[in-house]
Order: sequence, then C-alpha cells, then structure tokens
Amino acid sequence: MILAYLILILLAGSLLALLTGRKGNLWPRVISVAAVSLDLVLLIIFSSSVSGTDGKWLMDLQLEWIPRFGISLHLALDGLSLVMVLLTLFLGIISVVISWKEINSRVGFFHFNLLLILAGIIGVFLSLDLFLFYFFWEMMLVPMYFMIGIWGHENRTAASYKFFLYTQASGLLMFIAILALVFVHESTSGTLTFDYVQLLGLEMPAAKELLIMSGFLAAFLVKLPVVPLHNWLPDAHSQAPTAGSVILAALLLKTGAYGLIRFVVPLFPSASAAFAPVGMGLGVIGILYGAKLAFAQTDLKRLVAYTSVSHMGFVILGVFAFNVIAYQGVVMQMIAHAISTGALFILAGQLYERIHTRDMDQMGGLWEKTPVMGAIGMIFSLASLGLPGLANFVAELLTLLGTFKASVLMASLACLGLVAATIYSLRIVQKVFFGKMNHEWEIADLNLREKIVSAVLVVLVVALGLFPRPVLNLAGPAIIKTLDSHPAQLTGLPDSGKSAGNGKTASFNQLSGMFKKH
Amino acid sequence: MLTVPIETMLIFAGLLFLIGLVGLLTRRNLIFMLMSIEIMFNSAGLVFIIAGRHWKQADGQVMFIFILAVAAVEVAIGLALLLQVYHHYKTLDADSVGKLKDNNQ
Amino acid sequence: METCIALIPLIPLLGFLILAVAGGKFDRKTAGYIGAGSVGISLVLALIAGALFLRSLPGVSSYSVSLWEWISAGELRADMSFSLDSLSLVFCIVITFVGFLIHVYSIEFMSGDEGFSRFFAYMNLFVGSMLILVLADNILLLYFGWEGVGLCSYLLIGFWYKEPENGYAARKAFIVTRIGDTAMIIGIFILFVNFRTFHLDELMLQVNDKWSVGSPLAVITAALLLFGALGKSAQLPLQTWLPDAMAGPSPVSALIHAATMVTAGVYLIARCHVLFNLAPVVMTAIAIIGALTLLIAGFSALGQHDLKRILAYSTISQIGYMFLALGVGAWSAAIFHFMIHAFFKALLFLAGGVVILVLKEEHDIFRMGGMKKEMPLIFFTFLAGSASLSALPLVTAGFYSKDPILWYSFSSVTGNFWLWIAAFTGAFLTTLYTFRLVFVVFFGETKLKPSFQPGKLMTVPLAILAFFSIVAGFIELPESFGRFHLFSSLAENTLPAVTVRETGYPETLFQLLSALIVFAGIYLAYLAYYKKPSMSESFEHGRIHRFFESGFGFDRLYDVLLVNPLVWLSAINRNDIFDWLNIGLARLTVLGNRLFSLTQNGKLRWYVMSFTIGIVLILTYMILR
Repeated sequence: MILAYLILILLAGSLLALLTGRKGNLWPRVISVAAVSLDLVLLIIFSSSVSGTDGKWLMDLQLEWIPRFGISLHLALDGLSLVMVLLTLFLGIISVVISWKEINSRVGFFHFNLLLILAGIIGVFLSLDLFLFYFFWEMMLVPMYFMIGIWGHENRTAASYKFFLYTQASGLLMFIAILALVFVHESTSGTLTFDYVQLLGLEMPAAKELLIMSGFLAAFLVKLPVVPLHNWLPDAHSQAPTAGSVILAALLLKTGAYGLIRFVVPLFPSASAAFAPVGMGLGVIGILYGAKLAFAQTDLKRLVAYTSVSHMGFVILGVFAFNVIAYQGVVMQMIAHAISTGALFILAGQLYERIHTRDMDQMGGLWEKTPVMGAIGMIFSLASLGLPGLANFVAELLTLLGTFKASVLMASLACLGLVAATIYSLRIVQKVFFGKMNHEWEIADLNLREKIVSAVLVVLVVALGLFPRPVLNLAGPAIIKTLDSHPAQLTGLPDSGKSAGNGKTASFNQLSGMFKKH
Repeated sequence: MLTVPIETMLIFAGLLFLIGLVGLLTRRNLIFMLMSIEIMFNSAGLVFIIAGRHWKQADGQVMFIFILAVAAVEVAIGLALLLQVYHHYKTLDADSVGKLKDNNQ
Repeated sequence: METCIALIPLIPLLGFLILAVAGGKFDRKTAGYIGAGSVGISLVLALIAGALFLRSLPGVSSYSVSLWEWISAGELRADMSFSLDSLSLVFCIVITFVGFLIHVYSIEFMSGDEGFSRFFAYMNLFVGSMLILVLADNILLLYFGWEGVGLCSYLLIGFWYKEPENGYAARKAFIVTRIGDTAMIIGIFILFVNFRTFHLDELMLQVNDKWSVGSPLAVITAALLLFGALGKSAQLPLQTWLPDAMAGPSPVSALIHAATMVTAGVYLIARCHVLFNLAPVVMTAIAIIGALTLLIAGFSALGQHDLKRILAYSTISQIGYMFLALGVGAWSAAIFHFMIHAFFKALLFLAGGVVILVLKEEHDIFRMGGMKKEMPLIFFTFLAGSASLSALPLVTAGFYSKDPILWYSFSSVTGNFWLWIAAFTGAFLTTLYTFRLVFVVFFGETKLKPSFQPGKLMTVPLAILAFFSIVAGFIELPESFGRFHLFSSLAENTLPAVTVRETGYPETLFQLLSALIVFAGIYLAYLAYYKKPSMSESFEHGRIHRFFESGFGFDRLYDVLLVNPLVWLSAINRNDIFDWLNIGLARLTVLGNRLFSLTQNGKLRWYVMSFTIGIVLILTYMILR
C-alpha cells in the first residue's frame, strides 16, 4: 500500500498547495517540502525494512481498476525503481528549495504543477500496468507544459508548445503500440490484460515485434532524447524556470531511459537485439553531436541542455550493449547526470537571479566576486567531463566498458565524447568564472540556502564517485533479472572470458570479430 | 396509355437537373439561383416518380411529396433571406454578398 | 607499513580538503603550514616506508593495502588499494621530497598573491593525486590519479585566471592530454575485456602468459597506452601544450611541468613494461619518438626568449631522453634520469622563478643580465642545475644519469647508431641552450635591478636541490667506473635489466665523446652569447630562429588541421540543423493554411462549382471502376 501512498501524498500535497496558494506564498512551499520529505522518509523506512535483493519485486501492489479491459492498479518496486524514486524525491525537495525565491507569481499553482509532475514521474517508475504507465506518462506532460509556459523565460510559449507536441505525439505512438501489444497478447492467449508481468515473454513474429517496439521507442527516444528527435530539449530546458529545467533534465529524461530498460528490452527481446546496432549508432551520434552543439552555444542553459543530449547518448549506448556492466553504467549515468546537470542548471538559475542574463559572453571573471559559486561550477563542470572521483566517471566508465564488450567500434567512437566533453565543460568555467569581468557587477556569493543545496549535491556527486556501491548493489539484481533471459545474453556476444584459456590468438580473433560485427 | 421508355424519362430528368445546375453556376442573381435550385429539386423528384412507376411502388410518390414539402419550406426561408439580403445590401448579386468569408484573406 | 602506504597519498588529500573547505578562514601562515606540512608528513611517511621496504628486501618485493571496494559491477571489480614496490617507492620519494621543497619555497613565493590558500589546496591535491597514480595497484586507480594530476595541472596553469591567455593555456593542456588519456582508456578496456581484471600485477602476469611477442592485440594495447603516455609526458606529437603551460606560477612549473607529472608517462610505460616488451614495434616507436622529441625540443629551446619556455622545451627534451631509454629497454636508466631530472629541473625552475619574481615578472632573457653580481646564491644554484642538465662530466648527477642513456641507445640490443647520434646531438643542443641561458641571464651588464633579495624559505630549498643535483648521481656509476649500482639494483626488483649487445667499442670511448661535446657546447655558448654577441645576432633575428621559436610550427599545424575546422563547424551549425525539421514543419502548416483558405473565397458559385466537380469525379470513379 505504501506505493500508492507515495503517489497519493504527492497528489494531496499538490491540491493543498493549490488551495493554500491564495493564503500566502509560504504555505505552498512548506506543504511541498513537507509532502516530498514525507514521501522520502516513508520510502526509506519501508524500503529498508523489506529485504530481498534476489531480483524479485521488493514491494508489489495490485488493485482492480477496470477489470473488464484487464486494467489494474499494479504498482511494484524493485532495486532499479527504488533508486529512481529516491532520486526523484531527492531532486523534488531540491527543486522546491531552489524555487523558494525565484517563483513569486501564482505560487500555489506552481507547486501544484510541481508536485503533480513528481507524482507522475514516480508513477512512471512504479507502474507495472501498461495502461497505468501511459496514464502517468501523460500526467507528467501537462503540468510541465504549464510550468514552462507560465514561469519560463522570454521565449517560453514556443518552447512549451514544442515540448508538448513532441512528447504528446510520441506518447500517442506508444499508446497505439501498447494497444497493439495487448491485442496481440489477447489473440494468442485469450486474456485481455495490460499487466506487464503477464505480457512478458510474448512470442510474436519478428516484423510485428519490431513494429510494436518502434511505438515504444518513439516515446522513449524522444524523451531521452536521441539526436534527430532532440529539438524540443534545448528550447524547453533553456526556457523553463530553474526548477523546471532541473526536473526536466534530472528526472523527465530518465523516464525515457527507464522505459527502455523496463519495457523495451524485456518486452521485445529479439527486436531490441536486432535494433541494437542502430541504437548504439544513435547513441554515438547523440554523444558527439550534442557535444559539438554544446560547444557552440553562448546561452548557458542551452549549453547545459546540449550536454544532456550528449550524456544521454551514453545511456542509449549502454542500454543496447545488453550486459550487466553497461546497465550498471546506465543506472549510474542516470543518477550522476541528474545530479551534475541539475546542479549546473541550478547554477545557471542562481546566475540569472543575480545578473539577469544567460549569455556567457556577458559573463566572465565572476570567480573574483563569487568564489564559492565558482568552485561549485568548477566541480560540476568537471563532473560533466567525467573526472575520476566523481559519479559521472563511474557511470561513463561502466557504460563504455560494457559497450566495449559489445562493440569495439562504437565504444571507441563514444570515447571521443570524453574529449569533446572536456572541451565544452572547460568552456563553461572559462567563460563564466575565469577571464576578465565584462561588467562591473556587484554580485553576492551564494547565500546559506543556496550553499546548502549546492553542498548537498557536491557531497553526493563525490560520494557516489568514490563509493558507488550502494547504487550498484541496489540496482544490480534488477538488472541481472532484466538481462537474464535476453537473447543477446544467451546467444552470446563475443565474451573473451569463456575462451580466454584457448590460447593466445583466440582473443585477437574475438577482437577482430567484434570489429566486423558492426 | 402512352408508354415512354424509362431511359427517355431519366434523360429528361437529367437534362432538367443540368439546366438547374448550369443556371445555378452562371446566374449571379440570387432569385435566379433559387429558381435553379427549385428546378434541380424537381428533377430529383421526377426521378423518384419515374422509379416509383418503374418498380410499381408508391414510395416514389411519397418521396416526391416530401420533396415538395422541403422545397416549399426552403423557398420560404430562401425568399425571406433574399429579402433581408436585398434590404441590407440593396443588391441581389451573389458575388457581392461575400461577408461570410474569412476576413484575413 | 600498510597504514604508512595508505597515508602517503591520503594526507595531502586531507590537506587539500581542509584548505578547500575552510581555506578562506585561515591566515596565510596557517594555510602555508597546512599545505607544506601535509606534504612534509607524506615525505616522512614515504621515507619510513622506504626504509622498511629496503629492510625487507629481497624477501618481499611489494606491499599492498586495500582500503575499500571502489566499483564492482558484473565481473568488474576495482578497489581503492595501493601497493608499493621499488618503482613506486622511487617515484613516491621523489614526489614528496621535491614536492615538499617546492611547497616550502611557495610559502614565500606566493606570499603576495591573493589566492594563497587556493594555491596550496591545488598543490596538495596534485601531490595526493600523483601519489595515487604511482601507488595505485590497479590500472583504473592509476587512471584516477592520472586524470587527477591532469586536473591539477589545468587548475594551476590557469591559476591567475584573470588573464584569458592563461585560461587558454590551461584548457589546451587539459584537452591535449585528455586526447592521450582517451586512447589510454581504450587500451585499459582492451586489457579488461581480455583478462577481466584491472589489477596491475595480475594483468602483467596474464599478459605475459596469454599474449605472444608481437601479437597484434599486444601491439594495439601497448600503442594505445603509449599514446596516453605521450600526451601526459608532452612527447611528439602531443607536446604542444607544455610550453604554454608555463603560464602558471613558477613553483607549479617546477613541480608539475618538470619534476613529476610530466614523467607520469615514463612511469606508466615502466609499470607496464611486460606489455611493452611484448610489442617490439611499439618499443622501437618509443625510442624513435624519444629521439625525435629530444631533438625538436632541443632546437626549439634554442629559439626561445622566455626563460620559462626555454626550460619547458628542455623538459620536453629531457623526457625525450627518458623515452629513448625506455624504448631501448634501459628501464632503470630511464627511471634514474627521471629522479635526477626532477632534482635539477625543479631547481632550475625555482631559481628561474626567483629571477623572474625579483625582476617583476620579466620573462625575456635578453632584458636580463648580470644577475651573477646581483644574486650570487641564485647564480650558483642555477649553475649547479645547468651543469647537471648539460651532464657536465664526473662532477654532476646529470652525467651519471644521462650517460647510460647515451650508451644504451647504442649498445642495447634494440639500440643502434642513429639513436645514439640523435641523443648525442641532443646532448650538444642541451649544453648550448643551457649555457646560452646562463651567459645571457647571469653574465654581461645588469639591465634590470632586482627589486628585493629572496628570503630563507626560497633559498634553502634551492640549496638542498643544488646539493642533490650534484651528488645524487654517485649512487649509480657507469659500468666503466666500477661496479657500484645502488639505484639499478633497487630498481631491478621491479624492472628487468637492460640487455646489452656486443658492440666492439668500449663504453669509455662514448663517455669521452659526450664529455667533449659538452665542453664544445659550453664553449660555443660562451663565444656566441658572452664573448662575441655579434655571432648570435643574426641567428636570434633570423627565420630559422622564428621557426624554432614556434616549436617547429606544431601549433599552427594543429590549428589549421584540427582546431579551425572544428570551430568552423560549430560556428556554422550553432542553431542546430535538425531544428529545420521543426521550422520546416511549422512553415508547411502555415503554407497549408494559406493554400486552403484560398478556397474559402465566399463566392457561392465557386462552392457550387466545386461540389459539382466533386460529384462528377466521384460518379466517374464509381462508373469506371
């Protein structure tokens, strides 16, 4: 029941925030923090009480909803979703705290939207019923649309339309695919059900499987995003208010990655294996193209937005490598990227509050005035370029290594992304904090509230860089379960360990074999 | 009783319809357009009667009575509208009464 | 012992943490004490560990300590664990010793700077990362330290962040080395995919076991690791970042860009010598790259006017010698030269730093002069360093470390005459540019008066380093001088000994030749830059000089080949061509709107006409179907 409460508390909180918004601006803020914190505490208490890391669901809740169509309220939690939900709640608190001073109009409605988005995201991470999943998937959209459209920057209307159209259209494709999947299942087994567990292991012709999968892919790849479908992201990210950017980059994108791991790979094992070369290719293109565009931007938030495109390339690369190392890397990447990019957006927001521009050509030399902010910016730029000791390094290392096992060529190309990341990340620090001051700004360094937020994020990114094990251990069983029955795992990509003893030449044949494979 | 082949009758009805249609297309005066529509109505009614006679069923005549009723109503409303249009624009030219079209074009 | 090893890198990191978090709250004195003190403690610990290590020889040849499990996923496992063997011991002691002296020196050198505690925080982070690099017992942790020192190098080159050029130099350093690092990480991937471990010793065992000499995989892996080493050690073709890196404060140049970090590549190759031995092609490449680099950098040093840039090119050139030694399999000679080089090059940078500081940031050597009279102590220490750098026979440590390299470049089984010629010419160049510097800066008439005299905190480290630059060589004597091999017998606990072929020439002959060339170089420098300055006049303003000054035009080349196209590409696609998909879609919609609203013209007869046409079309279709 706790799983349902998680969502209900947020929904109740959002209504309360809307109602109390008229009484004063403080109420919605306090209610939001309280609701999200309550969720977090509940989740921590209950998740620590359930043991069972054997890959089964840690918690499972199934209630009837529309039995005639086989639709139920099926929520479940395993290590992977636990990690994601914890991340969501954590960043939810951060988002409320950072908008404390930034949002001053229609505060009640803002927090209503914010909590609604969080509820939707958590719902996405927990649903095991495809209809319910789609419901939550759409539930994230509308409040996000409002958030960008009402509290965004100068070009918000276009950005919000773009965001909405892209995600809505791709979401509908997914809905069609869900229906198709359900009907195919009905025609083979005779039962109409939207339940994920029952739909697993459905056999169907390859062409049909590919077609249905592409509907799911459409939604997830747009959300992630992969390169030709990424255009909504820079606009939405740069125009949204800080909290919106943080939620978009840190959480909304992750729903796409989560969807790939949770739905696409297990539901369509052979189709996803067939799609793997294309998927990896898209990942590499995303990494390099995103990095190249990030380098060209002068708008700080836009730059960070393009770095997201680049970093999410690693996610799709890892997802289609189909091995445990890569998947651990993907999970780490989701968390590391959430923290580091979130922090960079927060930084951009703090700068905007002080100097009212996002144009990096106007900035420069700010270290002198704001050394703390500079140090924070430096740390997260370094995280973004994948410096060892920070969480992103663990993520990128695992992803690349896992990919390397699957495809040498793709991994090697993706490694170029590390150089590219260095170029754009250092450019942020240089343009914003180093060099000469362009304007004689008298700006204040971070205040206590901002310092606490930043410090928490810094501690987290360093801690996960040095001790990534809690996350890896939590997500591990779920990943192994996902990959267990996957054909790419069974037919075996070149796996040197098994034949390492075959002699000295064997390993080279494998390497050259890997080159030929793609 | 004089028997006219059904083809001849249908051709006659078709010609009647065409006369109405051409009138509708070529005339700009709304009264003539209304009259052309009447002609087309009647040609359609004629087809019903022909068909009713051909199949030896009364349905055709019934339909024609319906059509007559509809035509009467239509003429009444049409003429009323015509009067209003004339009152408003001082003309019955259909092309100059184009206020309903999109303004931005 | 184990605690000792673990604490060696952790204490400077602790110092960094303290300074980074609370640096602003300390006064300068405390910050300096914390910064230098943490490295000092590390030095003491390293010495203790060294003593214990030597006592346990030859029984135990390495110690390791594991702190915690860092990453584990699937079959992958990497720990935070350190191990100490004779190779890492040498590096550890040199790093902490030179590092400590430079920290002490910096207390005075940086005393007027506003970012004082920031400076020491970075320096401590550097020492910590460098120690992690050399103590790492798995290659992933080595990479951790490797990137860490790269970061510190970046931070410290750009330490005076207000000048955009410094920021540019810093980023250049980071990006160029990162290119090498990327190759290196791919090499690490290959090793892991084949052997499923990151542990260095285990890897080397398995490499030796499973890969044959010259097997393609071994060659590819070795080449990739080599590329990483080239980047970090500023060797051809990734050498361009080091001269620009001189934008940082002088102690930084001394510690990072001369004594320690840039030799990380040497360490990496020595550490993976088993792998490199399996790839003879790569070994040859290393030797050739080293030889070429030492020549090109030597010539470039001749063309510089900036004191620190001369020393920077000299560093590149000396590391070229180390690479040459590695390439011919003279492992311990390379490491020995690393150690001696660390002493004299740190000394030269620190002494040069004093000169620059007292002349109020004057870098051009031709605006200096007569410093011998003004600052005799600095002169003598600088002279000691210069003599050691030029390998003045018998009396300097440089001779004992460089001479074996010259000899082995010829006499090793993989050495040959041409390598020796390159090294020999390099020795002449070294002497020439070194004494050009000495004569121009310290002799002649005084052009600028020093604004103050350096205090004890700067001079004492100089004196200590000068002492070591002279005497440290005596622990390892050439074969021809008798059997006294303290250093190589230590190093050979970890590294294989060099295999010498029968050349038919005595080593003494070569020593004599190199002694002669050194004196020839000094004499030429004396003539051209002191006695008859007119001799060098035409050179210093000629075209060749400009070519040398630009470092053989590598920067221009890379700009034209790589940087400009990339920047151009970014500039033309700033607004993302894929956005045209959206813009196109939107335009298409608007166009459709216009087109269809044309039909809504309000003309009744048009509508009727279109009905009619429609009906006719439908009827035609139905009839003809």
